[in-house]
Amino acid sequence: MAAVRTSSEVAFNRIAIAAVLIATLVFLAPIYWIASTAFKPKELAVSVPPTVLFEPEVTPFVRLFTKRVQMQKPVDPQAYDAAPWWEKRIYDGGERVLKVGKDVQLSQYPDRFMNSLIVAVISTVLAVGMGTFTAYGFSRFKIAGEADLLFFILSTRMLPPVVVAIPMFLMYRMVGLNDSHIGLIILYVAFNLSFSVWLMKGFMDEIPKEYEEAALVDGYTRMQAFFKIVLPEAATGIAATAVFCFITAWNEYAFALIMTNRRAQTAPPFIPSQIGSGLPDWTTIAAGTFLFLLPVAIFTFLLRNHLLRGVTFGAIRK
Amino acid sequence: MTQIELRGIEKFFGAVQVIHNLDLAITDNEFIVLLGQSGCGKTTTLRAIAGLETIDKGDILIDGKAVQHLKAADRDIAMVFQSFSLYPHMTVFENVAFPLRATRMSSGEVDKSVREVARVLRITDLLDKRPSALSGGDMQRVAIGRALVRRPKAMLMDEPIGALDAKLREEMRAEIKRLHVKQGSTTIYVTHDQIEAMSLADRIVIMHEGFIQQVGTPDDVYSHPANLFVAQFVGSPVMNIAEASVADQAGAASVTVGDAPAGFEFPRQLLSKLNGHAANGGLTLGIRPEGVLVRHDAAPGYMPVEASIIEPLGSFDIVDLKIGSKMLRARTKAGYVSGPGEKVHVRIDPEQAHFFDTASGKSLGVRL
Repeated sequence: MAAVRTSSEVAFNRIAIAAVLIATLVFLAPIYWIASTAFKPKELAVSVPPTVLFEPEVTPFVRLFTKRVQMQKPVDPQAYDAAPWWEKRIYDGGERVLKVGKDVQLSQYPDRFMNSLIVAVISTVLAVGMGTFTAYGFSRFKIAGEADLLFFILSTRMLPPVVVAIPMFLMYRMVGLNDSHIGLIILYVAFNLSFSVWLMKGFMDEIPKEYEEAALVDGYTRMQAFFKIVLPEAATGIAATAVFCFITAWNEYAFALIMTNRRAQTAPPFIPSQIGSGLPDWTTIAAGTFLFLLPVAIFTFLLRNHLLRGVTFGAIRK
Repeated sequence: MTQIELRGIEKFFGAVQVIHNLDLAITDNEFIVLLGQSGCGKTTTLRAIAGLETIDKGDILIDGKAVQHLKAADRDIAMVFQSFSLYPHMTVFENVAFPLRATRMSSGEVDKSVREVARVLRITDLLDKRPSALSGGDMQRVAIGRALVRRPKAMLMDEPIGALDAKLREEMRAEIKRLHVKQGSTTIYVTHDQIEAMSLADRIVIMHEGFIQQVGTPDDVYSHPANLFVAQFVGSPVMNIAEASVADQAGAASVTVGDAPAGFEFPRQLLSKLNGHAANGGLTLGIRPEGVLVRHDAAPGYMPVEASIIEPLGSFDIVDLKIGSKMLRARTKAGYVSGPGEKVHVRIDPEQAHFFDTASGKSLGVRL
């Protein structure tokens, strides 16, 4: 059609754009808040009204990664001059970095962050992998009671998981799974599996079964057909499912808080535990949160093409 | 050399029997077409031969060896699907090479085989493209290429050109025929399109509700339909079917259609031939529109009738003629009958008439 628009269409377009802009601002505001706080000097973090323009500094990140104590007396000027720039920032705040000999003592944040990565990555791989196989089975084979089984799988999500947190904790303690990576991984796989099965079932159903049949006739086993044909075709679905599973596992707070306290504690329960006594150090917390947001953002960004691409754009006639 | 034999095949989907005691022997290099409406069991039969469907009873023999318990991969046959089933994540080259990758062929040999097939099918220019960039006809060529590349014992085709538009379908039909003449492999082809069947087949197998109705050359099934179903299924425009009665009248046979006031004159030998093939459930006459002869002026043996509807179809017209309460469709030269209501004279060509037992629908095999 010709590019002639009525005035009402123009008005509608403007309203739509305005609405999208407002929504974007609303959604980005907390992200901006965290990001800006992470780079603020300590005293500006809680200023009222909030400071918008300030000289950004990385001191909160230095505090985030180091173990520190309050200084009882002013720092020795010689030691101050000999210190590297980041240590000076700590001295400036009236604290000193704890050291064993010459080695700086790191805070627990890197360990907790690593725990989050281990638990989220492994549980995502397991949930998506098992979900893909299960969905393939449901999609391609006649299974007695298929609808009931699928409903059962879905029903595991009908209860808010936190309802079973206390019994789960007792059971975990009994079998020694509390505060362990494997324990959290099992939990997150259990949360995500039903979601993964249902989502992948939808994607599998979209893949025409003629693809595998052609491969079967052409001399391949079903397993080979699955890996050579079905998996590449399901890549989009696998990517989307993986993003969702990863986000769920990465952000999970309640169970991580209850089930772990040291060795296997993930970042979500750890970060707020650093509020500490006295005046909360919001900038350090914001720095921790800011770094914590990055993996999900990067993961999603890497898979964006798969997420946006249509599910079937192949050469199949329906 | 590939012979395929089906012996007493039965197949159930749940409680529904979709193939009934099916026997069929296919000789080497033969082009067999399974023809029937959707749901007649033709595709299931094809898939059973391919190994994509199990059978509940019977034997499938390829070169004398029972294969019904073998996996599809071990039967050494190729299949072309209606949906083409090209893998979107692979180039045309990889699609065609795919069956060879399952073997231990070296990549040099794979390359050679693929290029050879591509040359025959004229898709060499497309080898680097993705299937999504191809036209329907080219997708079809690639799909056939993938089937041919392995030099399988037999080719199975499930409505391979059904998804194409009419013009392309005609082109591809000719191409499949050309290819079969050139390559000569045993081929089983499933379609619901009788024109495809007639033009491609060495022999046509007409199926209906899981039963084979007739097996024969295209000429056979057209000129000598085994029963009323085949008579009406094959041929366009459709054959006229009407209950009829035969009487001995002054030394000739007279065939009366329905409740018409008078009968058509047939040679006397019809009487003796019909007696030899007694119709137990009444007699039905079948006559193709081209067997209904129409002329303007009266002549011996012609009956005066009134034209009702005229369908001009370009090279010829189909004219509905009122005979009693029945309509008899005749094929005439274009514009021969000028309009509805025109009085013309009609006769049935005895040589093109078919007689069926009304109750069983079976042909009485009367040839005049």
